[in-house]
Amino acid sequence: MSATDPHHATHRTIEAVWRIESSRVIAGLTRLTRDVGLAEDLAQEALVAALEQWPQSGVPDNPAAWLTATAKRRAIDLFRRNAVAERKYEELGRELEVLEQTMPDLSSTLDNTISDDLLRLVFISCHPVLSTESRAALTLRLLGGLTTDEIARAFLTPEPTIAQRIVRAKRTLADKHIPFEVPRGPDLAARLSSVLEVIYLIFNEGYSATAGDDLMRPTLCEDALRLGRILAELTPREPEVHGLLGLMEIQASRTRTRISPTGEPILLLEQNRAHWDLLLIHRGLTAIDRAHKTSKSRGPYLLQAEIAACHARARTPEETDWPRIVSLYTELAALTPSPIVELNRAVAVSMVHGPQAALDLVEALATDPSLDGYHLLPSVRADLLYKLGRYPEARHYFQQAAALTRNTRERALLLSRAAACQTR
Amino acid sequence: MRFMVIVKATPESEKEGALPDAQMLAEMGKFNEELIKAGVVLAMDGLQPSSKGARVKFSGKSRTVVDGPFAETKELIAGFWMWQVKSLEEAIEWVKRCPNPHAGDSEIEIRQVFEMEDFAPILSQEEIQYKVEKRAELPNQAIKR
Repeated sequence: MSATDPHHATHRTIEAVWRIESSRVIAGLTRLTRDVGLAEDLAQEALVAALEQWPQSGVPDNPAAWLTATAKRRAIDLFRRNAVAERKYEELGRELEVLEQTMPDLSSTLDNTISDDLLRLVFISCHPVLSTESRAALTLRLLGGLTTDEIARAFLTPEPTIAQRIVRAKRTLADKHIPFEVPRGPDLAARLSSVLEVIYLIFNEGYSATAGDDLMRPTLCEDALRLGRILAELTPREPEVHGLLGLMEIQASRTRTRISPTGEPILLLEQNRAHWDLLLIHRGLTAIDRAHKTSKSRGPYLLQAEIAACHARARTPEETDWPRIVSLYTELAALTPSPIVELNRAVAVSMVHGPQAALDLVEALATDPSLDGYHLLPSVRADLLYKLGRYPEARHYFQQAAALTRNTRERALLLSRAAACQTR
Repeated sequence: MRFMVIVKATPESEKEGALPDAQMLAEMGKFNEELIKAGVVLAMDGLQPSSKGARVKFSGKSRTVVDGPFAETKELIAGFWMWQVKSLEEAIEWVKRCPNPHAGDSEIEIRQVFEMEDFAPILSQEEIQYKVEKRAELPNQAIKR
């Protein structure tokens, strides 16, 4: 099959339509069937029908309405066959009528309903009853419109594993009767933080690939950014959503300078800032502004976004406002005490007060068992020792860091720094 | 991947003091809102008629300024978006949903933006070597952002 083959072209078009519409179709179907697993199966059946019919009939004028209508007809057939829930069946019939009447202008009248359903779909996909891995896979599948195969490739996991993860997640949601709703009151903050965690996990999996030969998988970053941008429009009053989006936009602005043409990582201070993506930086700073407009308080994502913004605003590494970064890290550490935040704070401290002050902090952290096996601890420690001229110790910790990292490119860089210590 | 989506000019849009029709503006506003909600649009702007612009022509070392308006209307642009989508097909699908930007016939052109990987082959071996050597001397960071 060649790229110019009309069948192939239609398939590519259907994939594109699916990417644009699947989340809204699934969200709408979930509201009707109250079962996200069933909704996705129905949507998939509609997709299969499209793949069968569109190459002959051509792509309909309103493909989303076609997919939804087809899926709903299947749902009605199914309910009819199972003779369940008379009320639900009637509801489906009514919905279908409304849909058919409004087909030419689907989006206008149903706009708010669609947004509400999408947000419900976000919350159910990221429900804390699921493992983080399952939440990520389900979110990419239901909201990102990715195929199981694409998710598997992104996470370097065999496809059957991902497929099973998704099936199990859907079953768990059904078994535990997880409602299709937007959480309210005190629940909202915790549930939203679960959503943000999933999106940031997806982003980080792309940004600093935890395993494998690639240091980055940029398409996964783009998927996470898209999810973040969608969420920011669905929940415009949530400062942390804008905070996370700002953080991701600014981090992504450095994508093209983070890796050398030969594949080695390039650290922040030696990146060519002229190649940072100004459009994404601008978008990141705008997101931070939006967060400030909705609330006076600063959550952990907003604080991290502001730290990233300090780097983004500095035209040269020397212009970096390190004292502000130290104070932002101090605020962050008070809010979410974590040895990793402390480690980052130590790096900022070294820029303000010199390597010895930072080394004191890092050595104190080395006794924290939760950092056992975390390669950045010996890596930072080695760097500080190097700056203090304590080369044999620096070499030891560079080697330790190299042994701990799972990323082959990073390991090579650490080993080369260890080797550099020997010649001093 | 990114695409620049370009709305071509028409004789109407090129007219002195031309402002878009209110109805079209409202429809376009709705379309833009949809793009933003879908997390697709990175940037967008509409352009004034070319009578308010200029061209700088290059020939070897010389530079000649030519004031607008410019004659070949169909080759001019009236506005643009920058989109981030998964494929050219996705960009095409989105464009198909766009309201007709002008009264009568219009054209929207979709162009893919270069990514950094596209330039990788033109970096010299020396540039790469220099970067590798320089790296060993520079401070490490735990903050990988």
